Amino acid sequence: MANPYVIHPATIVEKIQEAEDINTYRLQLVDEEARRQFRFKAGQFNMVYLFGVGEVAISIVSDPDGPEVLDHTIRTVGRVTKAIADLQPGETLGIRGPFGEGWPLEEAKGRHVVIVTGGLGCAPVVGAIEYIFRRRAQYGSIKILHGVKTPHDLLYRERFDHWRRAPDTEVLLTSDQPDKTWSYHIGVVTELFEHVTNDPAKSIVLMCGPEIMMRLGVPILLRQGIPATAVYVSLERHMECGIGLCGHCQMGPYFLCKDGPVMRYDRVERWLGRTGV
Amino acid sequence: MVTASETNAVLPTADLQRLLDALSAKGYRVIGPMVREGSVVWETIRRVPDLPIGRRDQQEPGRYRVEQTGSSEIFGVVHGPQSLKPFVFAPREPLLQIERSKDGFTTSPILPEPDKVAIIGARACDLAGLAIQDRIFLNDTYRDPYYAARREGLFVIAVNCTRSLQTCFCASMDTGPRAKTGFDLALTEVDDRFLIEAGSEAGRDLLSGLSLPPASEDLAGEATRRIEACARNQVRQLDCSRLPHALYEAHEHPRWDEVAGRCLACTNCTMVCPTCFCHTVEETPDLSHQHSAHPRLWDSCFTQQHGYIHGKNIRPTIKDRYRMWLTHKLASWIDQFGTSGCVGCGRCITWCPVGIDLTEELPALLAPGVQPSIASQQMDNA
Amino acid sequence: MSKPEAQRQRPRLAVFKFASCDGCQLSILNLEEDLLAVGQALDLAYFPEASSDMKAGPYDIALVEGSITTAEDAHRILAVRQQTKVLITIGACATAGGIQALRNWADVEAFKQAVYPSPEYIQSLSTSTPISEHVHVDYELWGCPIDKHQLLRVITDLVVGVQPRLPGDSVCLECKRRGNVCVLVAKGIPCLGPVTRTGCGAICPGMGRDCYGCFGPSEGERKGPGLPPNTASLATRFHRELQLIPAEVVRRFRGINGYVSPFRAESETWGNKA
Repeated sequence: MANPYVIHPATIVEKIQEAEDINTYRLQLVDEEARRQFRFKAGQFNMVYLFGVGEVAISIVSDPDGPEVLDHTIRTVGRVTKAIADLQPGETLGIRGPFGEGWPLEEAKGRHVVIVTGGLGCAPVVGAIEYIFRRRAQYGSIKILHGVKTPHDLLYRERFDHWRRAPDTEVLLTSDQPDKTWSYHIGVVTELFEHVTNDPAKSIVLMCGPEIMMRLGVPILLRQGIPATAVYVSLERHMECGIGLCGHCQMGPYFLCKDGPVMRYDRVERWLGRTGV
Repeated sequence: MVTASETNAVLPTADLQRLLDALSAKGYRVIGPMVREGSVVWETIRRVPDLPIGRRDQQEPGRYRVEQTGSSEIFGVVHGPQSLKPFVFAPREPLLQIERSKDGFTTSPILPEPDKVAIIGARACDLAGLAIQDRIFLNDTYRDPYYAARREGLFVIAVNCTRSLQTCFCASMDTGPRAKTGFDLALTEVDDRFLIEAGSEAGRDLLSGLSLPPASEDLAGEATRRIEACARNQVRQLDCSRLPHALYEAHEHPRWDEVAGRCLACTNCTMVCPTCFCHTVEETPDLSHQHSAHPRLWDSCFTQQHGYIHGKNIRPTIKDRYRMWLTHKLASWIDQFGTSGCVGCGRCITWCPVGIDLTEELPALLAPGVQPSIASQQMDNA
Repeated sequence: MSKPEAQRQRPRLAVFKFASCDGCQLSILNLEEDLLAVGQALDLAYFPEASSDMKAGPYDIALVEGSITTAEDAHRILAVRQQTKVLITIGACATAGGIQALRNWADVEAFKQAVYPSPEYIQSLSTSTPISEHVHVDYELWGCPIDKHQLLRVITDLVVGVQPRLPGDSVCLECKRRGNVCVLVAKGIPCLGPVTRTGCGAICPGMGRDCYGCFGPSEGERKGPGLPPNTASLATRFHRELQLIPAEVVRRFRGINGYVSPFRAESETWGNKA
């Protein structure tokens, strides 16, 4: 069995500045064999490594149908991500992965898909949306709800515009601290939950963002008749190994790096919002 | 089916050196308990007198002492601060050597060199801890190659306990005092004789090489009586029958605040626990940034970094951390691995610098919660 | 970031001394063969203890040893800060006021009268204070003296512009990793390891003696109730089970880092009981 700790070098082929402190890195594995073999599911993550600094868990943003390049959207927040922020195309990062459970895109077939994200939580679902659009006929209606704090926090603007024009697809954006340029809803994303679906029993929800959004938002969805078993949330904890051994990413009985990061809501409901969990 | 004569035998305590020599002859480095700095620690054993003959350990919450008894008892000391854990899950394990190259860098795994280690003096609780760590590192989604390499060369000679410490509660955890599985050989010291039993093919092989007479029924019976008496003498116990759920339900119990007033968040309980497996990975480049090492080190849910998530800590307080530890150890561990994370060795009680005792904490947490009395609040502030 | 050596300009390093014993500066010189590598990675622009070739600022990195005990030094540290990008205190004196901060609980005038034949020549502040009370400090290296390996790791990170890692874990974490026997539990010695910051390699317990807190409080200044270090619980243990009288508990906490807040508060609590 392969050594799960071995890191594969990957070249930065493109760096896209998404916001002042957020960049997307398009990576290509250096080793051709490793590149050919790399397959991932939307919602999975890689451990991204910088020589001399360390590793950090980052979800894969790009389309799982095109695994030869791997996009990672990274906010500059900690020691490793600050060092990564200084890198330019042509420089090298490392990758271990992919790890974890992704979005339930097989199970979602034949259902209406409601995607709810907040802030940088939009990143882990981009690959899922691309996957669904590539198999559009196999899914019902699509509703994308995305909330940001300020208009500056809105990433992937063109992607949202592109999705908005697709058939049987609704995109609702909201900001709770808007400026004059903001032409969409005003408020937090849960305010868009009033009527997310006409057919709750045949809907599935994919959610990613701050835990408070899940804690306050999911009960609204459940009241509309969406079963708790049809709501999936992508969760985040400190991760060092990616393989369920280092112990940091626990939430209750789960290791989010291997049982998650995407978890069915009914399994994690009791742990969300618990202090210190 | 192996016959009794192949699986058990009698070895006079005066002949223990024969066993050590047989292990050495098979290429094993023999490790056993040795007195150092007021405790026993695992050290290389060459001769029987290296063992803590005529000594006993007295353990109580936050206190450990080795005493001279003047007897010729060889395994009178039950245990020291460490179980078998450091031999398989090393406190510091280099994972990769990373070199800068024209393509960025190359990584090479550094697997531990094969080392045949025979450990004499492991207790039933140590074996239970080893079985749990095997489950985590070898039999989960991913197999850890570093643990596997260290585990492969291990030969374990257990010693069944005929004396309980004040801090022992293996009987209530059903992990001891008799070693049931996971050993190659097991010894029970009965005055001037050992009952010696084989628990594996390698153990049977070694035992038959010693050409010892089979144990009498009297000796086997006396060994059993002493082990059973040892179980009965345990003064501590842990009732886990309502776990995991009762502890999940106790998340807001006021007792957490009370114990957090005493807990130092110093990590000692997790460092001595035979089953705690948390670790952190460091990246350590040299000054020229051409070479980097990538070791993993024992970590603990009591550290600040453990609960770190983008710029903040989800477990800032000592209460958060103690609750994380105990809830994981006694409750969520069951959901994760199908077993408690506690083997009843009592090390976390003894080696806690302030003597926090989980066998007191758990019943208090499972009892209906009451607000701490004013007296105990004042004690916390003292 | 992480660029090959040739593409980088060597950062300029300066080492400044305030009220201190020079032991931390000696730790730099004690890097031995690594010192050559440091000299290659950094331009040692100002380091009077090592070289009489003292170049003027500005500096990329300044290592500051010693505490502020005179009005002149209080002024001088402002100038150091002005010409420095990254200011790092090295050692207990610079980081916490040092052993000389014991004067903060005493009458400095009386000391002068008792020690010096002509006390009027001594111009000294009544307190010894850490550098951070005077200027912004970017990173703090604790210890009396500092650990040279930790210093080397910090320099290694800084030369490529990476934020250094300075864990605040307790000494016990490293002590147990090294397989030491706990002196508090096995010998009843009042060891400060459980409330003291790691980084030293747990050398004192490794020699069978107690940690005396020279790396300062674990996790630094206590930022709120219920956070580590739990000095109150350890002090209570010292008093009740290890039978230290309150004055002895005061002395435990009022040592090399006695003036840093968690230790200071604990010694003052027990001082009131003494």
